Amino acid sequence: MNTWQLLVDSFPKIILPGLVMTVPLTLISFSLAIVIAVIVALIQYAKVPVLTQIARIYIWIIRGTPLLVQLMVGYYGPSAFGIKTNGFAVAIVVFAINEGAYCAETIRGCMESVPKGQLEAGYCVGMSYWGIMWHVILPQSFRAAFPALGNSLISMVKDTSLASNITVTEMFLATRQIAGRTYQFLPLYLEVAFIYLMFSTVLEALQRRGEVGLGRYDNGTSGS
Amino acid sequence: MALLEVRNLVKSFDRGTVLDGIDLTVEKGDVTAVLGPSGSGKTTMLRCLNYLERADAGTMVFDGVSYDLRDAGKGEISALRKQTGFVFQSYNLFSNKTVLDNVTLGLTSGRSMDRKEARDIGITELERVGMQDYADRYPVQLSGGQQQRVAIARALATDPKIIYFDEPTSALDPELTSEVLDVMIQLAGSGITMVVVTHEMTFAQNVSSRIVFMEGGNIIEQGSSSEIFDSPKEERTREFLKLNG
Repeated sequence: MNTWQLLVDSFPKIILPGLVMTVPLTLISFSLAIVIAVIVALIQYAKVPVLTQIARIYIWIIRGTPLLVQLMVGYYGPSAFGIKTNGFAVAIVVFAINEGAYCAETIRGCMESVPKGQLEAGYCVGMSYWGIMWHVILPQSFRAAFPALGNSLISMVKDTSLASNITVTEMFLATRQIAGRTYQFLPLYLEVAFIYLMFSTVLEALQRRGEVGLGRYDNGTSGS
Repeated sequence: MALLEVRNLVKSFDRGTVLDGIDLTVEKGDVTAVLGPSGSGKTTMLRCLNYLERADAGTMVFDGVSYDLRDAGKGEISALRKQTGFVFQSYNLFSNKTVLDNVTLGLTSGRSMDRKEARDIGITELERVGMQDYADRYPVQLSGGQQQRVAIARALATDPKIIYFDEPTSALDPELTSEVLDVMIQLAGSGITMVVVTHEMTFAQNVSSRIVFMEGGNIIEQGSSSEIFDSPKEERTREFLKLNG
């Protein structure tokens, strides 16, 4: 078969798993990751006893072990106890837990860079600690964390290719299957690389628009 | 009975004693200017009174309720702060909130007031400091003097029994200090109890009713504005006033 013809024929077969697997996997996992990250960051910022230590251990383990190993443990671990696992569900949970640890550190760092005077001003107008977190510290931290979180999201789109190792037929596994049948490895891998690039480009564009939208309160001339 | 009575306030940092047993009384309606050289403990004293710093010792009676300035529970502190206002040297406006939201957040979040009612109060207080036309701006779009006026409106919005001012004009360019001082003079005239840590001698002499002179963590001398400026008893006060007058 002609290589061009193969690329054209395979395109929908690769992009379809991209749309039904890669994209939902990324979006669901990343949303969960942000929820985990905010909770873990808040626990550490507020220095909640015991939970802070647990948060540190969580981050230590997740950041110190390979994502591929985490996926394998998540997939094969439960079956040791006779629990049948679903690759897609495991992938969602593992990606969320993994990304949550990194994003927690990003958000915590941004929270700690919010000037202490913001917290003091909140106290002095009679707000509660958590009220100040919600209305003042977290929104400012998100603004600061936004570029780094966008980075994490783009990384995650590509990392989802690792889910092919636990039977999730996302884009990369679909590509490998076609390559295995046709022996046209290089053109197909370049094709899937191009599709990942397209997805990332869309996200980058969204990120830039988001930054402009969020930038409204730190534009303009600064006071004396 | 005095609105505020502080007894034996002591505070040390690693570098040494900052407050060495302060006694301070503020009557309702007083405008008290706290003067003294840099490092004399003025700001730390003010911060201790609102628990922004924990004192090592000391008690306070505020509006008939006693507080331990070292050990106080969260609930007590929060109840106290709901009755006080604080204006910072660096304004500390919430940078992610508009001018109006800055003024109303203490009402909507701190006191669960509904947004409509809070908005009306917010607008009224912004009018009082001449900032009503900037309600939808963000702090970064304002000059320092404008930010500080908004910060004063924010402190006023919660209807506090006392407002603490921590060097409110020290971060401002000289030409911007007058707009803030004008607002403070107007407040002083309206009977609000104010404690103002300041280097503005003219304000202290002409606007405040009482002067507290501090040095080295102690109150060296205190009295009515005319007493201190016309006939200071202590040599140090005389020197300070001469140098800064």
